[in-house]
Amino acid sequence: MEKYLLRNIDNPASADIAEYIKAGGYKALPKALGMSPAEVIAEVKASGLRGRGGAGFPTSMKWSFAAADPKKPKYLLCNADEGEPGTFKDRPILEKNPHLLIEGMIISGFALQAEYGYIYLRGEYPKAKDILEAAIAQAYEKNFLGDNILGKGIRFHLSVHQGAGAYICGEETALIESLEGRRGQPRIKPPFPVNEGYLAKPTVVNNVETLANIPLIIEIGAAEYAKIGSADCPGPKLYCVSGHVKRPGVYELPMGVTLREIIYTHCGGIPGDRKLKAVMPGGISTPILPADRIDCLMDFPSMAKHGSMLGSGAVMVFDETVDLAKVCLRAMKFFEHESCGKCTPCREGVGWMRSILERICSGLGRAEDIELLMEVSANIAGKTFCPLGDGAAMVVQNFIKNFRDEFESHIAGAKNNEKVGPAA
Amino acid sequence: MLSDRAAAEISRISAKYQDARSGLLPALYVVQKEDGWLSPSALTAVSEMLNVPAATVKGVATFYAMFRHKPMGRHLVQLCTNVACMLMGAERLVDLLKEKYGVEPNGTSADGRFSLVIMECIGACATAPAMLVDADFHEDLNEKNILEILEKYR
Repeated sequence: MEKYLLRNIDNPASADIAEYIKAGGYKALPKALGMSPAEVIAEVKASGLRGRGGAGFPTSMKWSFAAADPKKPKYLLCNADEGEPGTFKDRPILEKNPHLLIEGMIISGFALQAEYGYIYLRGEYPKAKDILEAAIAQAYEKNFLGDNILGKGIRFHLSVHQGAGAYICGEETALIESLEGRRGQPRIKPPFPVNEGYLAKPTVVNNVETLANIPLIIEIGAAEYAKIGSADCPGPKLYCVSGHVKRPGVYELPMGVTLREIIYTHCGGIPGDRKLKAVMPGGISTPILPADRIDCLMDFPSMAKHGSMLGSGAVMVFDETVDLAKVCLRAMKFFEHESCGKCTPCREGVGWMRSILERICSGLGRAEDIELLMEVSANIAGKTFCPLGDGAAMVVQNFIKNFRDEFESHIAGAKNNEKVGPAA
Repeated sequence: MLSDRAAAEISRISAKYQDARSGLLPALYVVQKEDGWLSPSALTAVSEMLNVPAATVKGVATFYAMFRHKPMGRHLVQLCTNVACMLMGAERLVDLLKEKYGVEPNGTSADGRFSLVIMECIGACATAPAMLVDADFHEDLNEKNILEILEKYR
């Protein structure tokens, strides 16, 4: 497939505006500004674009809710807080193709009639901050940003806002709280950000990759765009693959490629031709799939039917040497560290699950621990403001459901406690 | 106390927002970049400058993992041990840093050269294990090259 999101990525100067324009960039912008905002939204609706951050919500729907709200000003926030473990798909856009994101944001801002945009960038990407800020300055020089964009009287200002190491700020209401200078704790919904978001004004929060799809939709038109990938979930998709594959990395493929094809064709299979044990298909929060369940289409609706989630498209591959109880423990340490503390079931329950897993993995597990984990997780799932608690509960439940024997053998004292690492 | 330079930078950044309080995280970064950490007196100064209650500033500053509340070593090593890095041997690197430099997670080596912080996924999973040293990414680490890399940070 022709690369679009990663177009020009091998050019060392790809972040420069001249190179971006040379490769066909900033062509969609004048085209979009020649349309009405409602026409741009209609085009995105016709494209079938779904948000690439993890939930897969139709982008045009968010936009039309915010566009219909009369409050002003409106805000467009780019969620560049890519914190889901295993996820590194937005980083190449941010570091190597920043103008694609910027062009997408200007067009999106115009569609919403938003005057201000902020890129909420995770603190762990300091290099991307410098690159984005330089690219934004170039876009201002070209009059693609400012008070009178391309002389058409359109106003859109854009800047980078750096997060400071909080996974929870990838949740859109926590992101807004953080942008407002508060602790990043989620808000209850409704009201939804599209009506009362940043500073209680209509606010759209879109993922980096979602916004990077916008110029393509405008450039080739919704009808052509909708031909890429799955019929009910079209477009190019960035899959980022890590763990035990021969060629880990970020792959731009049509939405709906199979998980098997990603692992065995694009990534070359498992190193040493060892056996596959399991895959987390969309980041650490998505239900783990055993090796015999990888013949699934990697798009939002298909993965939901398959009993997992596309999530962020972060494919984490585990070969036969991996101790999944230890992976589960490491995941729970992460969720405990990142729980914002607002909701009791998550704040208390996730730490409790971590401590149970810790004793199981250190050879001190008790016979009743597996049932206890299931019980605690059931008392977290569905009982919190945001999906962080659900994610933690789902990890434990799906690991136990599919790989109960791994936990049982620890409890039976059958496993050694060597640290995990690449097999020799 | 804030330096004149830091105060000017905070004013400049806050002006980019419709609401001065939105400049709080950027202001904390400005201070941390200059001082290496967020001292109680710096937090008070930020509170006065942005007109945000001191307790609120402290509450915000302590919520985020990348703000430091004690002086750090000359170089900050932020090593990821999340799942992808763990699979590729990051835990052994934590042990190695302890052996070689005497630095524990959340601690600083006796010579003040390195502080070590364990990170929760830094987005370098295809090139795991990975770390940030100050603002530099270092990826595809192993027990040999990590020491060679760190030797460059004196």
